[in-house]
Amino acid sequence: MAVKAKHQRLTLILLALAALIGAALLAAYALRDQASYFYAPSDIEAKGVEAGRAIRLGGMVRRGSIAQAADGVTVNFIVEDGKASVPVTYRGITPDLFVEGSGVVAEGRMDAGGTFVADNLLAKHDENYMPRELEDMNLDEIKQQAETTVTQ
Amino acid sequence: MTNWKLWLPFGLFALFFIVVAGGLISPSDRTITSKMIGKPLPAFDLPQAVADRPALSTADFNTGTPRLLNIFASWCVPCIAEAPHLQALSDAGAEINGVAIRDKPEDVAAFLARNGNPYTRIGADNLSSVQLEIGSSGVPETFVVDGQGRITYQHIGDIRASDVPMLLEKLEEAR
Amino acid sequence: MIAEAGLACLWLAAALSLLQLLAGGFSLAGRGEQLASIIRPVAIMQGILVAIAFVMLIWLFLRTDLSVKLVAMNSHSAKPFLYKFAGTWGNHEGSMLLWVTIMGLSGSCIALLEKRLRSDTMIATLAAQAFVSIGFYAFLLFSSNPFERLPSPVPEGQGLNPLLQDPGLAFHPPTLYIGYVGLSVAFSFAVGALITRNVGPVFARAMRPWVLGAWIFLTLGITAGSYWAYYELGWGGWWFWDPVENASLMPWLAATALLHSVSVLATRGALRTWTIMLAVVAFSMSMVGTFLVRSGILTSVHAFAVDPERGSFILALLAIYIGGALALFAIRAATIREGTRFSFFSREGALVLNNVLLTAILGIVLIGTLYPLLTEAMGTKVSVGPPYFNPVGAAFALPMLVVMAAGPLLRWRGDSGRKLINMMALPVLAAAVTLLVVVLFGGRIGILPLLGLILATGLAIASIIPLWGRNLLRTPLNIWGMVIAHLGIAVALFGMASESAFNQEVLVASQPGESHEVGPYTLTFNAIEPVAGPNWTALEANITARVTGSDSSDTLNPQSRNFSSPPTQTSEAALLTRWNGQLYVVLGEENADGRWQLRLWWKPFVTFIWYGGLLIGLGGLLALIGRTVRDIRRRAHDMQDEENEQDQQAGEAAA
Repeated sequence: MAVKAKHQRLTLILLALAALIGAALLAAYALRDQASYFYAPSDIEAKGVEAGRAIRLGGMVRRGSIAQAADGVTVNFIVEDGKASVPVTYRGITPDLFVEGSGVVAEGRMDAGGTFVADNLLAKHDENYMPRELEDMNLDEIKQQAETTVTQ
Repeated sequence: MTNWKLWLPFGLFALFFIVVAGGLISPSDRTITSKMIGKPLPAFDLPQAVADRPALSTADFNTGTPRLLNIFASWCVPCIAEAPHLQALSDAGAEINGVAIRDKPEDVAAFLARNGNPYTRIGADNLSSVQLEIGSSGVPETFVVDGQGRITYQHIGDIRASDVPMLLEKLEEAR
Repeated sequence: MIAEAGLACLWLAAALSLLQLLAGGFSLAGRGEQLASIIRPVAIMQGILVAIAFVMLIWLFLRTDLSVKLVAMNSHSAKPFLYKFAGTWGNHEGSMLLWVTIMGLSGSCIALLEKRLRSDTMIATLAAQAFVSIGFYAFLLFSSNPFERLPSPVPEGQGLNPLLQDPGLAFHPPTLYIGYVGLSVAFSFAVGALITRNVGPVFARAMRPWVLGAWIFLTLGITAGSYWAYYELGWGGWWFWDPVENASLMPWLAATALLHSVSVLATRGALRTWTIMLAVVAFSMSMVGTFLVRSGILTSVHAFAVDPERGSFILALLAIYIGGALALFAIRAATIREGTRFSFFSREGALVLNNVLLTAILGIVLIGTLYPLLTEAMGTKVSVGPPYFNPVGAAFALPMLVVMAAGPLLRWRGDSGRKLINMMALPVLAAAVTLLVVVLFGGRIGILPLLGLILATGLAIASIIPLWGRNLLRTPLNIWGMVIAHLGIAVALFGMASESAFNQEVLVASQPGESHEVGPYTLTFNAIEPVAGPNWTALEANITARVTGSDSSDTLNPQSRNFSSPPTQTSEAALLTRWNGQLYVVLGEENADGRWQLRLWWKPFVTFIWYGGLLIGLGGLLALIGRTVRDIRRRAHDMQDEENEQDQQAGEAAA
C-alpha cells in the first residue's frame, strides 16, 4: 500500500494537526473544570463556591482560633481577611510556619456545611526579602502572599 | 503546501512570547504606596532581643520625636548590605529601633557584633506577628514613625546609600 | 587574582565565540577559505577557556574566598566540603556558568570529533552553536557576573539552606543542564542543516548521539529529582506537577520524540521536516524550562531567587533563538527534500504515531503549566495540578503505550497485520491475566491505576519480544538499548500504578509504647530522643517496624530537625526499603496532651518508579555505545570506499 509521496506528507501533517488540536481542545475543556481558583474569605462570601470544587483559600489565621480535635491529628481554625471569615478543618501535619496570626493558603474544597476541608496547608517559605514592588495591603496583600507562598 | 502554513509554528511561538512577556512586565508596573501610611502603629509589646538593648513596645514610640523602625534578621542577606547605611543614618542623628524577625538572641548578638549596632531598642518578633500586622512582607523593611506613633513612610527592601538623605528628610518631615 | 583570571577567561571565551560566529558566517557567504579553517581550532579553544573559568569558580568556592560576592552569598565556612563544591552551581550565576561551560565543551567535542558532515554544514553548525553561546556569555557578563568582588571581604559567608544540603540535589541540576545543553547542540545541527540545505540521513547520524546523550541525562535528572522530592519533602508523593518539574519533563518529552524521529531519518531517510521541527521544539522547551525556573514567573516548591530582569534576559534570548529558528524553518522548510515513502502499517508508521502522541502530551503539559500565567493576565489566579494533568495526560499516554508495545515488533517499510497479531498474543494475554488478578484480589482501585497495571505488564512482555529468536550475544547493543529502555518504561509505569492503587496511609497521634498497623507492617512507637548534627538539632522518633506476625524487626528514625542559621525546621522522613515496597514514616509535632503526630505510609512497589527510570537511562546508554561503535566502524569503511573511489576517479582521469 505504497502511497503517493505528496499525499503521504499531507496525511502526516493532517494527523499531527488533528492530534494537536485534539490535545488543545481537551486541555481547554479540562482546564475550565480542573484548574483550582484562588479565593479569599470575602470572595467566598460574595460569590459563593460550589461545594466539592477544588479551590485555594488564602487569608490570615484568626488569633485564638486554632483548636485541635480529640484525634490529635485534625486541626480546626478560622481564616479571615478583615471582611469575612471561613472555618477550616485540616487532617495532617501542619507546616512549621503555621501559627495564629500568620498568613496561610489552604488547598481543598468547601463542604456542604460551609466548612473548608483542606488537603494541604501552604505556609510562607522564604522571607529573605529581595526588593520587589508590592501590591496594596489587606486583601491584595494576602493575594500577593499567595503568589509568593510555596509549600514547606 | 503554501508558504504561510510554514509560518504557523512561528505564529504560535509569537503568541507564547506575548503572553509570557506580558506576565513578566505587568508585576513591575504596580508601584504602590503602603496603606499603613498615616495609621498608628499596631499595638505590640515585644521581648528583648539582645541583652544590651531594651525591649520594644508601642508605648516607646509616644515620645514626641520621630524615629525609624527597622525590620531585620540575622539570617537575611540584604540586611548585611544595608547595615552601613543604617549606621550612617544613626550617625546623622536618627534614632533607630529594630525588630528582629524569627531569630535567636545569640544570632542577633553575633550579627550586631559583626555588622554594627545602630539600634537603641530591639524587640524580638519570634512569630513574625508584628511584621505581619505592620504590613511588612519581607526582610528588611524600614518604617518612619512620627512622635505620636503614626507611620509616615514605609521603605521596602534594603536601604541603599542613595536612600539615606531621603530617609533623613522623611524623618524631618515627620517632626 | 583567581576571580580576575576567571573573568578574563570568560571574556576571552566570549570573544572567541564571536569570532567563531563571524568566521562561520563569512566563510558560508563565500568570503575566505582561510576563515573556514580557523573555525575548528577556535571552537576548541573557546571550550578550554570557559572550562578554565569554571574551574576558577570551583576553586574560589573550595577556598571560601569571601571577597567574591557569589561565594559570600552562598558559601558558609561551616558547610561540608561536598556542598561547598556543589555550591558552585547551586546558585543562579554559577549555574549559568556551568551551562556555558558544558556548551563550550560540547562545541569543542563537535569540532574535534565530527568528521562525517559536509564541511559547509559543519561550519554552519559550529556558527549556530557560537551564536547560541554568545547570548549566554552576554547574559553572564552583563547581568550575572559570577566573579564580582565585594568592596570589602565579609567575615562569614551566607547560605546554609538546609533543604538544599542534600547529595541528590547537589548533582541534580548539572545532570539536567547537560541534558538541556545537549539539546542545544541538536538545535545547532538542525540550524546548520537548514542553512546549508543538507537535511538527510548523514546529518541525522551526526545529530543522533547528541540527542541520545541529552536524553540519557534528562532521564536520569528527572528520576533523581523525583526521588529527591519524594524523600526530602516528606509528603509521600513522587511527582507534583510543579512548574519546575514540568520544566524538566517538557524537554524530555520533546527529546524522546526527537530521538525516535531522528532514528527514522537516519535509518530510512524519512521524516525530514518533522525532525528539524522537533529539534527546534526540544531546545525551545529546555529554554522555556530555564526561563520558567529562573524568572520566578511561576511559583513552585523549588524556591529560586525571583528576578524579573534575569527573566527578561532569558526571554529575549528565547525570542532571538527560537523565533529566529522558526522563521528560518518557515523560509527553508519548503526546500527540504521529500523523505522516503513508507506504508503506514510499518515501524515508521508506529514511530510517527508515537511522535504525534508524545507531541500532544507535550502540548498538554505546556498548556497546563502556562495556563495560570494566562489567567493572571486576565486578573484571576488559578493553580493547575494533578486533577488536570493526570486524566488529560493519560488520555494520550495510554494509547501511546499501546503503540510503543507494538511498534518495535513491526518491520521497516511495511508489515502484515497477521504477524503483528500473532506476536501481540502473549502481551495481550499477560495484560488479561493482570486484569483478572487485580479484579479478583486487588479490591477497588481507580480506573487509571488499573489501566496502568494492565499496560505495564503487557508492555513489559512486548518489549522483550524483539529479542525472541535472536542470539543474545550477537544482538546489536542498540537493540538491547531499545529493549531495556522500553522495559524501563513498563517497570516505572508499574511502580506508579501500584503506588497510586495500593498506597496505604495512617495518620495518628501516638503515645510512646503504642503500635499501629500499616500495610503488612506493625509499627511500634518506642520513644522520642533529642539528637544533634553539625548545624542542626533534632527530635528523633524511635520506631520499630516488623512484618505483622513475624519476629525480625527494623528500626526507623524519622526526625524533626531545627537548623540554626537560617532558623528553619525540616522534617526528615525515615524509609524502609524492601523489594516489594517502601515504608515511609514522618514525625510531626507534639500535641498539648503529649502525643506525637505520626504519618505512616506503606507504598507497594514504589521503588520501581526509579528503578524504571534507571533502566531507561541504561537503555539509552547501551544504544549510545552501540551506535557510536557502529558509526566508527562505518566511518572506517566509508573512508576506504572514498579512497577507492578517488583511485577509480584518478584512474578514469588518467584513461
